[in-house]
Amino acid sequence: MKYVDEFRDGGLARTIAARIAAEVRPDRTYHFMEFCGGHTHAISRYGVTDLLPANVVMVHGPGCPVCVLPIGRIDMAIELVLASPPTPLRKAGCGPSGRGPSRSLCTYADTMRVPASGGLSLMKAKAKGADIRMVYSASDALRIAREEPDREVVFLAIGFETTTPPTALVVREAAALGLTNFTVFCNHVLTPSAIAHILESPEVRDLGTVVIDGFVGPAHVSTIIGSQPYDYFAEEYRKPVVIAGFEPLDVMQAIEMLVRQVNDGRAEVENEFTRAVTPEGNARAKALVADVFELRRAFEWRGLGKVPYSALRLKEQWASFDAERRFTMTERSVADNKACECGAILRGVKKPTDCKVFGTVCTPETPIGSCMVSSEGACAAHYTYGRFRSEASTA
Amino acid sequence: MSAVRKGYVRPIDFKRGLVDMSHGSGGRAMAQLIDELFVEAFDNSWLREMNDQARLPMPSGRLVVATDSHVVSPLFFPGGDIGCLSVHGTVNDVAMAGARPLYLTSGFILEEGFPLADLKRIVDSMAAAAKQAGVAIVTGDTKVVERGKGDGVFINTTGVGVVAEGIEISGDRARPGDAILVSGTMGDHGVAIMSLRENLTFETTIRSDTAALHGLVAAMIAAVPTIHCLRDPTRGGLATTLNEIARQSDCGMRLEESAIPVRSEVAAACEFLGLDPLYVANEGKLVAICARNDAQRLLEAMRAHPLGRDAAKVGEVVEDAHHFVQMRTGFGGSRMVDWLAGEQLPRIC
Amino acid sequence: MCLAIPAKVVELRDGDLAVIDLGGVRKEISLALVEDVWPGDFVIVHVGYALQKLDPVEAQKTLALFAGLAASEAVA
Repeated sequence: MKYVDEFRDGGLARTIAARIAAEVRPDRTYHFMEFCGGHTHAISRYGVTDLLPANVVMVHGPGCPVCVLPIGRIDMAIELVLASPPTPLRKAGCGPSGRGPSRSLCTYADTMRVPASGGLSLMKAKAKGADIRMVYSASDALRIAREEPDREVVFLAIGFETTTPPTALVVREAAALGLTNFTVFCNHVLTPSAIAHILESPEVRDLGTVVIDGFVGPAHVSTIIGSQPYDYFAEEYRKPVVIAGFEPLDVMQAIEMLVRQVNDGRAEVENEFTRAVTPEGNARAKALVADVFELRRAFEWRGLGKVPYSALRLKEQWASFDAERRFTMTERSVADNKACECGAILRGVKKPTDCKVFGTVCTPETPIGSCMVSSEGACAAHYTYGRFRSEASTA
Repeated sequence: MSAVRKGYVRPIDFKRGLVDMSHGSGGRAMAQLIDELFVEAFDNSWLREMNDQARLPMPSGRLVVATDSHVVSPLFFPGGDIGCLSVHGTVNDVAMAGARPLYLTSGFILEEGFPLADLKRIVDSMAAAAKQAGVAIVTGDTKVVERGKGDGVFINTTGVGVVAEGIEISGDRARPGDAILVSGTMGDHGVAIMSLRENLTFETTIRSDTAALHGLVAAMIAAVPTIHCLRDPTRGGLATTLNEIARQSDCGMRLEESAIPVRSEVAAACEFLGLDPLYVANEGKLVAICARNDAQRLLEAMRAHPLGRDAAKVGEVVEDAHHFVQMRTGFGGSRMVDWLAGEQLPRIC
Repeated sequence: MCLAIPAKVVELRDGDLAVIDLGGVRKEISLALVEDVWPGDFVIVHVGYALQKLDPVEAQKTLALFAGLAASEAVA
């Protein structure tokens, strides 16, 4: 696979590893946060940690759209399509029972196992009879709406700036086609506001100081928004940012660039992923998003709580395609499990193994907190790929 | 099974006909279906006796029995269909004890409205697979469920085989130091199936690897009679199979990622879907674990067989109280290869 | 992680659609989010949409950077 295999080359990995080892100063520790789950996944799956000096510590950030989807939003989605939701859901009462055409929820497969209230998830709601279909693309949801005009088809839209432009496109297409049975339940979230939140939220004071010396910046998100939005972090917080691709060599190169910035006392935005990221990003995609979506004043992130201006909703102009307006869905907030340390882990204050429920009651099969939900979450990545490092000694 | 005199009724319309409830009613329509379809296709002396059971001679050695239900969707896929799959799957389960499979039973659950043409195609494919594998389908059962209560056709097969005294192949016999071999490329079947799933459609030349492996197993045992474990990595793929064996044998494993054979198309399809080929199903591959000193001889025997051409040594068994399966990545790091969590679903993130 | 993969455009179809090839696997995707893409170009594909064109010169430069060469040595 061209432009893939070359970026996973083990020989080059050793070359970069040797450079990093030569450049790190032995008298200090380097804490870098990779914001994106894509980087977390690459680091775990390829065993990048083994190639880094011990004083370069990677902190896994909240950049996984599945992980940060709060319980309340999944509850709302289930309520749309499950005829008789279990007790915690029934109160709000906007279930589809006996009213109007039957509803289908189309979703990316990633969201199927995200825990909701009452022991439910989309997977379990499907088992209880809800019509929930997995799609590969937003356009598949639109196609289902066209093919089945007697059904209300709701697309559960999740994701960062990457997945948002396709959602914008299908909304416009649905309008152009005059579809009246297609809506979007929008959960699109924004990367820069989440990074800002991690750096400045009041919780950071309660949870302790986040020692982050620099960020590995998003890859595919940046193909859309460009590298400019990160300038603010470099200037305002004096934190170096290196935008990096999701292949393991990209991550290692970015780490080397961050080490250099730290050693030089610089705090700049650098771009390692120049093969796909420009300063401006994708103008056409940005224009589409601006046409269809507007900022929400605040949005709840699982593990992070309410984050101001961190998510999108459909503009008034497209209201008829907005499931939240069409079905008068009730906004609700459900607290995360108390024992769960996701809040601290997502901010880099704690490690997965610091959490009491990690690997005991909270596992990929029965996730309690957001970090265990997707294979990109910090806890799931450590559980699935790295557990042998922390448990071997207790054998 | 009751007999129907040939020529007594109008022949079944295998071109346009559909399965209806009468085909499972126990009456004349069912008898005719058994006669004209199953007995015709599977043709052997036990079936021709038309009893509800088969009386079989007792072979020498120990009996090996395995059962498997087949519910694949779609029913027809590149490289095979549910019919041959239902033969291969059970034959392989028997063969993984080092046994020679002899007989199969077949239980059909048909959905009302299922085209008889498709059923005939499936049954013919089963018959061909059984013939090629040298096993006889000696007894069977047919039930029909109402429309909407099945997925066209489900097939259960039970296999009976015989294993010679002295051959001790079992999942609890892996020992630290043993070599781990695979018989070929991983993930072909799962990707071939997924390429046809609604909403995922992609074009590829990948075909299911579905095949009966007892011939390969016989060749392997001839070369190394002291093979410790054999297992076919079906659902959950290689990763899950190795974790099962690690638990059964109370050991750990170390794999070498670059040694694991994966077709480039399978790797590419997995990249698209966010899947890991180590968790994708196979239907014509096996994992073998043997003493380190036997590994080369076993590998050569495997490679000499058409179904083991791409065989490779992929790792070794180690001591580990945690039963971890670890892997040195092609990149130069290490990671775990854990049990499959939940279902293997395509990811966008 | 916003799973996306660089793949080669092999055929343009009506309605902003295109066929891409990744290691012998082909899939129809949408080019509605990108401009000026032609067969032979590589695009970053995510959930059935091309997010961005891949710049082959920059890719070479990055590989050169990995190897510790000056960018000019790679492109030359």
